[in-house]
Amino acid sequence: MAVTLKVNGQTHTLDIEPEMPLLWALRDEMGLTGTKFGCGIAQCGACTVHIGGVAMRSCSVPVAAAAGKDIVTIEGLASADGKLHPVQAAWIAEDVPQCGYCQSGQIMAAAALLKDKPNPTDEDINGITNICRCGTYVRIRRAIHRAATNRT
Amino acid sequence: MGHVDQNLSRRQFVVAGLSAAGGLMLGVSFPNIASAMPLSTAPWSNDAVAANEINAWIVIDPDETITIRIPHAEMGQGAGTANPMLVAEELECDWAKIKGEFASPNRNVRENNVYKDQNTVGSRGVATSWQYLQQAGASARARLVQAAANQWKVPATECVAENGAVLHKASNRNLTYGKLAAEAAKIKLDKEPEIKKPGEFKLLGKPLPRLDTPVKVNGSAKFGIDSKVDGMVYAAITTGQAVGAKVVSVDDSAIRGKRGIIKVVRLDDAVAVVADNTWRAQEALNALKITWDQGAAKGTDSAQMKKFYRDGLSEQLVDVRKDGDAAGALAKAGKVIEATYEVPHLAHAPMEPLNATVKLADDRLDVWLGTQSALSTLQQAAQVSGLKQEQVFVHNAYLGGGFGRRSRNDEMRHAILVAKDVGKPVKLTWDRPQDLRGDRYRPQAAVRFRASLATDGKIAALETKFAVGSINRSTGRPLENGMEGQAHDGLSNQGYKIPDFHVAGVLKNTHLPVSFWRSVGGSQNCFFFESFIDELAYAAGKDPLEFRRAMLDRKDFLAVINKLEEVSNWKQKIPSGSGRGRGIAITLNHGSVVGHVAEVTVDNQNRVRVDKVFVAVDCYNVVNPKIIEAQMESGAIYGLTAALYGEISVKNGEIQERNFDTYRMLTMAEAPRIEVHLTPTGGTTQNGQPRWGGIGECGTAPIAPALTNAIFAATGKRVRELPLKNVKLAEIASL
Repeated sequence: MAVTLKVNGQTHTLDIEPEMPLLWALRDEMGLTGTKFGCGIAQCGACTVHIGGVAMRSCSVPVAAAAGKDIVTIEGLASADGKLHPVQAAWIAEDVPQCGYCQSGQIMAAAALLKDKPNPTDEDINGITNICRCGTYVRIRRAIHRAATNRT
Repeated sequence: MGHVDQNLSRRQFVVAGLSAAGGLMLGVSFPNIASAMPLSTAPWSNDAVAANEINAWIVIDPDETITIRIPHAEMGQGAGTANPMLVAEELECDWAKIKGEFASPNRNVRENNVYKDQNTVGSRGVATSWQYLQQAGASARARLVQAAANQWKVPATECVAENGAVLHKASNRNLTYGKLAAEAAKIKLDKEPEIKKPGEFKLLGKPLPRLDTPVKVNGSAKFGIDSKVDGMVYAAITTGQAVGAKVVSVDDSAIRGKRGIIKVVRLDDAVAVVADNTWRAQEALNALKITWDQGAAKGTDSAQMKKFYRDGLSEQLVDVRKDGDAAGALAKAGKVIEATYEVPHLAHAPMEPLNATVKLADDRLDVWLGTQSALSTLQQAAQVSGLKQEQVFVHNAYLGGGFGRRSRNDEMRHAILVAKDVGKPVKLTWDRPQDLRGDRYRPQAAVRFRASLATDGKIAALETKFAVGSINRSTGRPLENGMEGQAHDGLSNQGYKIPDFHVAGVLKNTHLPVSFWRSVGGSQNCFFFESFIDELAYAAGKDPLEFRRAMLDRKDFLAVINKLEEVSNWKQKIPSGSGRGRGIAITLNHGSVVGHVAEVTVDNQNRVRVDKVFVAVDCYNVVNPKIIEAQMESGAIYGLTAALYGEISVKNGEIQERNFDTYRMLTMAEAPRIEVHLTPTGGTTQNGQPRWGGIGECGTAPIAPALTNAIFAATGKRVRELPLKNVKLAEIASL
């Protein structure tokens, strides 16, 4: 069955099952490997992308549910001219990543939070439940505050 | 019912910033040091000898770009930045021209171990590599200088290397490294130059930004799981829910005719499905009906295993330390304090599930994966494939976490076998359940302590008996006198002066394979030992910090404990009855001394919240304080996750934890504030060389006892087993 997905501004028409999780359409069908597989059950958030502006765990979103909506992955977060998103810039300034595997998802979750809450409190940041095995939480928190400051 | 508050509120956040590393400025940029080039998205070497090599470590191109080969894996611990810093320190080059690249394991085979063992284990990224990395840089510098001297026909002693060029000040001439590299490569030195000592460093000790950050914020960094090879197919695999099970039969009727399925591959110890997409392979694998022979796992459960280790404490033990006569002293003591402690098996659970992509031809095998031990991975690949080591090319990607799991490549062995079977390049990816049942676990252990106090309130005698899984036995390494060092690391080798001190133990293995887990012996033994020290402090009626300090005389331990006292405001007591408490733990682990003070709140429903952790660490000499700070934060969170939630359990022979819903991870809301202080005391080892402590692991060890000691301070309840999620605080009597 043909599924049309709009990812990072580009339209992809794929002949895939409607129930295929968006994660695997991105990774194995479109070659967008910045979005990561961690658990497959929406627990860890390594696969977080924006669907219609909302942070979603793509391992648990069937492509049928994302069809027609604007999907943004980590590869499409910077602006078209290559300027980093403020969250990405803050991540660099705070040297957040260690192994880096969860960071695409962390950054997408943080970017979505800042869109809704430009000046998030610590309580707001606690709402991000993405797992980081390296324990970069201290720096993620600092970087989100930095990104908020740099945006305003 | 004690459990961990999962819905924390009102967490204050302080921008800890500048004082966080003991006064060292942690700015993003550093005066006069422009950032080096980021590591590339696919950082592995192309295995060839480059045109402009000075030696196997260093390539200097005519455009002045300097490529430095990194022998160790980058799994978040920072070797990808620290290793180039060690080389660049000696090279007298412009840090902004540096480009890192992972050293080729194939070349290491071809060129007589030019890159050494490449093992990124045991916190050795700097601790055992500094000398040859500095030497590689110094050697290149000396040859560049000699090349310039030859060209100018002046003595080399009149020339100096500075910022990527050689200068002859007398004649005001200079030549950049890019112009000298070709000649320098031909020069053989009569004698290798001396390397710098601490105190002479210009680059080492600076908080330079990590080189791998830029590619890790835009999704471009290639992990093993991101590999793609032409004609590749995708495999999912299961080894069965019982560890060590053998395949009896496979019924594939449910997946016949399913889209994209290429083959079901039955191996002796696993079943794989090969498909044209990972998800299709996973779905089909889950739909198979597989019958397993559980083998040694049959009938096992966690209660048996717990008894197995407890029983070990009464068996024939091997002495590992005997100072004075602990048994005699205890027999005469008026009061003997006694306690038994236990911990379960743990999984590593790196964020990136294990995976390997293999392309197998008659005379060549290519493997793309993330491994902690690229050279031994290559050797293992040669063995499994039957090819010669020279024919195997391991392309080591970024590691999505290692923590000890990625030094044995079970995933690669299966990937090679599956590729052989299907005759195509294969990317084999474990899912999370396979990660948890296919792990090589942190050993389960039990310890019993007996101690007496002297009249001055110090420890007079301490007897420690332990029973723990043998990592050596499980990984095919020899034992010495029935024992191995990591089994008692943290029990037998700490800083306290104890006159009558006896440590003895037994190694016992279940059917579960065990291996190195971040901080290794320290992961359980620091909890045991530093908890019991706290019990003794209480029994002696002493302040836990003062009690410890009175038995310490080493500069490193004292630097750490004094710093903790200062920064945690230890002397200002937390009022009793407030539900809040502060606990301390300090340990020597992987060559560094590290201590934690944890502040916790225990509410009236016995819910525990860790508010803040102070860390002090002495790793003697410092390559990059910013990375050390990050590793201390990381270690504390990793250890705290295990202390609160970590447990691999077995029922009816099967591993019970199947994903992050049952093998829980600490999240942002539960993460304490962490403040890190470095107390580097410098110094040299017994053979006069600079002392470099490990950093990647030590920070994991003290958090569990700091936490449980803080719970004791808050409640009077002593926690003697982990994880805390299983501990019913309400049922523990308060002291």
